Amino acid sequence: MASNPTAPTPAGASPTNHGLRVIVAWIVLSLVATPLVAIFVGPILPPGNDSVQASGQVLDNTVLTATITPVLCLLLVFFVYSLTTFHAPAATALEDGPPLRNHNGIQVTWIVITSAVVLALAGFGTFELLQTGSGGGQGPSPVANPSGINHMMQVQVIGQQWNWTYRYPGYGGVETQQLFLPEHTYVQLNVTSLDVIHSFWAYKLGVKADANPGVNNVAYVKTKGPLSFEIRCAELCGLWHGYMYQTGHIVPQTAFASWIKQQRKLGSSVSFYLPKYSHFYYPDPQRRGG
Amino acid sequence: MRAGVKLLLVALAVAAAGVLIGFYVSNLTTLQGSASYTVPVQSVGGKPVVNLKIETVAAVGPKLSPNPDWVSYLVQNTQGTWMRRTVWKLPANATVHVTIYNFDGASGLRNPYLARPEGVDGNRITIDGKPYRGIDPNNASHTFAVPAYHLIVAVPGVADDAKNQCGYAPCSLKLAHRTIRFTFHTGAPGHYRWQCFVPCAAGWIDGFGGPMQTIGYMDGFLDVA
Repeated sequence: MASNPTAPTPAGASPTNHGLRVIVAWIVLSLVATPLVAIFVGPILPPGNDSVQASGQVLDNTVLTATITPVLCLLLVFFVYSLTTFHAPAATALEDGPPLRNHNGIQVTWIVITSAVVLALAGFGTFELLQTGSGGGQGPSPVANPSGINHMMQVQVIGQQWNWTYRYPGYGGVETQQLFLPEHTYVQLNVTSLDVIHSFWAYKLGVKADANPGVNNVAYVKTKGPLSFEIRCAELCGLWHGYMYQTGHIVPQTAFASWIKQQRKLGSSVSFYLPKYSHFYYPDPQRRGG
Repeated sequence: MRAGVKLLLVALAVAAAGVLIGFYVSNLTTLQGSASYTVPVQSVGGKPVVNLKIETVAAVGPKLSPNPDWVSYLVQNTQGTWMRRTVWKLPANATVHVTIYNFDGASGLRNPYLARPEGVDGNRITIDGKPYRGIDPNNASHTFAVPAYHLIVAVPGVADDAKNQCGYAPCSLKLAHRTIRFTFHTGAPGHYRWQCFVPCAAGWIDGFGGPMQTIGYMDGFLDVA
């Protein structure tokens, strides 16, 4: 049975320093847990490593997870220590604990540490956003432009109730039902909508950008090797929102060249009717719209 | 009543409400508004072949719907009766010959690209007996599209000044209509949605409400098994 930690200390005995115990246990646990989290949990964090931007997001998530590990450790140690040390057995009479008193040192330390952690993460996040374009939609005038890129492939993502289509302005503005991208290529995705708000979400590529009518929402992605990836709509957009998914493909350069050539040939029957490539469109007619 | 019992009752009530909401959403997003229709299957050379006859009408009429003014697809059964059912059971890996009789006028496509037939044999359709690889998107009345199959067929509308236009469905073939034919193939078993991409719902915002957002009119499923 545990002794009552709130009972007066017998004369001659040194008082138990609970705070020191908690801090030592916290530091030890954090020193063990943080590297383990970074090494073993980090690599399996979403969204994976299928694009440069996705890898960047895994790094971000690893840093965030590793940073909060000591915080979680502190909470864990505090709760476990409190529950075991200050637990009053059922047989003992309930008595009030010692009063809590203000401690300026603890408060200032707490505020300084938490502020430093939050500001450091904000700085890290901002730095990361500016590195590769981040994969997130940045609106029509992106701030985080990937630097040192000689060739950026342009692909327009067009959301409509309820499907995605794609235009390739570098290939005569041909429009397709499927998204094919060449491997190891920097791509500028220009995301827009013909009707309501959709959201283009290629999870494995680390790309998510709202598709707003009348807006060009720019997102960047650098592909890696060949793979297939899911595309979903992440904005509730009507009856078939849940079915608004596709499979995209990253293929070797030669396969992409062959595919886009075929698409241009197939698209020739309606290319005359396609509007000139633009960052967004105001479709007409809407004869039956209310 | 003891607190534990109260807690248990509240938990049970919340769970029951969750189940009911789940059923409602599930029903709403799958089969509500349309019973399924099993399309008769023939065997040609040991392979399943289906003839699917459907029609599109500007107003479904009071006999077939509580929303008589809504635009709709209808399917014809073997007795020649037109039914407002848009969930069609089809065999897997089958050849599907589709005939669409369109009695509706043109609304126009919001995305002209969808005027090109795709996902059908030869990427070609016939309209009133003549082959086409695309139509004027401004003359599109509806589309029949199965996105999972990358299948899109734009259906041209009846001329605005055509005589003998159909009022309410079901519409006789003696009335003004367009006939569109094409062939596609079902693949693996699955639950594939189909829809119209033309904003053809008169009086709704952007033409995309009401019958465009309700299974049983301009949307449905191919239940491939």
